[in-house]
Amino acid sequence: MKTLPAWMQALPMGGVFLVFFVMPLLLVGAVSFWPQNEYTLEPGFTLDNYVSLFDGCFGGGDSGELCTTFKTYLSTLKFCGLVWLITLVIGFTLAYFVAFHVPSVGAQTVIFTVMTIPFWTSNVIRMISWIPLLGRNGWVNQTLQTLGLTNAPIEWLLYSDFAVVLAFVHLNTTFMMVPIFNSMMKIDRSLIEAADDCGATAWQTLWNVIVPLCRTGILIGSIFVITLVMGDFVTVGVMGGQQIASVGKTIQVQTSYLQFPLAAANAVVLLGVVLLIIVALNRLVDLRKEL
Amino acid sequence: MAGTVRRRSRGFIPLAIVCALYILFLYGPVITIFVLSFQGPEGGLTFPMRGLSLHWYHELFKGLGVVDIGAAIRRSLALGVVVMLLTTLFSLMAGLAFRKGFKGSGVLFYTAVASLIMPSIIISLGIGLQFRLFDDVIKSMLEGAGWTETLESYTTLMGLYTSGLGAHLTWTLPFGMLIMFAVFNRFNPAYEEAARDQGATPWQTLRHVVLPLIGPSLVGVGMFGFTLSWDEIARSSQAIGDVNTLPLELQGLTTTVTTPSIYALGSSTTVVSLLVIFAALGAAALMRRRAGAKA
Repeated sequence: MKTLPAWMQALPMGGVFLVFFVMPLLLVGAVSFWPQNEYTLEPGFTLDNYVSLFDGCFGGGDSGELCTTFKTYLSTLKFCGLVWLITLVIGFTLAYFVAFHVPSVGAQTVIFTVMTIPFWTSNVIRMISWIPLLGRNGWVNQTLQTLGLTNAPIEWLLYSDFAVVLAFVHLNTTFMMVPIFNSMMKIDRSLIEAADDCGATAWQTLWNVIVPLCRTGILIGSIFVITLVMGDFVTVGVMGGQQIASVGKTIQVQTSYLQFPLAAANAVVLLGVVLLIIVALNRLVDLRKEL
Repeated sequence: MAGTVRRRSRGFIPLAIVCALYILFLYGPVITIFVLSFQGPEGGLTFPMRGLSLHWYHELFKGLGVVDIGAAIRRSLALGVVVMLLTTLFSLMAGLAFRKGFKGSGVLFYTAVASLIMPSIIISLGIGLQFRLFDDVIKSMLEGAGWTETLESYTTLMGLYTSGLGAHLTWTLPFGMLIMFAVFNRFNPAYEEAARDQGATPWQTLRHVVLPLIGPSLVGVGMFGFTLSWDEIARSSQAIGDVNTLPLELQGLTTTVTTPSIYALGSSTTVVSLLVIFAALGAAALMRRRAGAKA
């Protein structure tokens, strides 16, 4: 008996991506140009959705205030930048420790597994588990008040920008750490010894040898974190007490109001912004090599 | 080597402290809600503990408001198992195909990677839209055919095992594919050549040589499939139809439930994830040891 030809073996996976990824994506692009009807989807061609999306964004505003779309993007980009920077620093440090300072492979495996297990558990549960710590009567506020550091509970610990960033870092550092760790494990150890022998300090080796060789890992980790934060609506919703705007949340709300063409136009713009960031990041990392 | 050792001892302690703090940051909150889920009946969402009881677990299984938790758990378990099986099977098949090479393999690879990093809300919206259009087409076809009875009883194609399953697979399959790549990159073809030289058919080679060797990694793929599906929210949100999975119910409950019952639910869900993870890690280790003993 002969086994199946290769293309037939790849067919089930290809089929799933065609029906549940490629077609839906094309449809989002198409529907973003369809007119907005009450409850039905009617094909057509109009730029109305994009026009209403950017209503008052370009020059039209007399009040000097940003339009809602720009405000939402700015808020989401702010989260994105902060979370990217924090996860990069923490993720890199952790990966560096496990890859270069933990002596045995066994210990490396154990620490790495311990740090990745939470990735396989529920995000929402990991978010609500901050409530007893950060809430108005939570552990942090109780401790601060007992110590006499504050006399009233701090309100901005939960359901705030701070809580959103904290949860993003809590949930997404793994996505940054794993690719960087993977890059680090591929580095030929003799290169580091060579740097050592040439009299490089630990910092010089880190900055001039390890960081450039982790380029791919940093890039992959960054793409993960950026796309996860840019499209998020769950974390911003739960940790922001449903009060903070984000692009993902806007799309979700518009969908629940059956404003599909508008939601689709929003999704197209979001995708464009995410792609631009990725391209820019790629260039930035490349540029360093060319200098 | 002296230099390496000296550097290690200098940076080791602060880095180890950072690592320990991170692990505390990672696990501390979850341990907190696990402890608080055993609050006494008088206890609240925060410390102090007022007694120790299973009260909130009893409350949980009586049902939280209008939500039937038991049904949601059964739905998510069943869907998780289906996603696990399909992810493992499809990833294995695609992994074998990528090894042999086929026309369009590059396209499939990059599509999978794109599916992995695409913001989930966009995929969810797209699948939701697509199934709404499917419904419109089916309804107009039923109307055209004059099957009014079927038309009246028809509601939607969207559901747990259609759009929901597909949405989950767009998230789990890329992980499965990447794991298979990592596996086959390190796979030594000499084993298969040896089997072929002994006159094994391709099927026998796969069944008796390749599968036992990659077994531990396949268990890993299955674990990704189940745990990622069990906790999936973002891609399901617009594409699940009338019934919700457990994490979707849980997300809704975060705003309405203000008793430790929500911690009891969170702890129970996490225990299921942990059981699956440890079972998979254990099974993979066992299979590796057996393969090692044979070799």
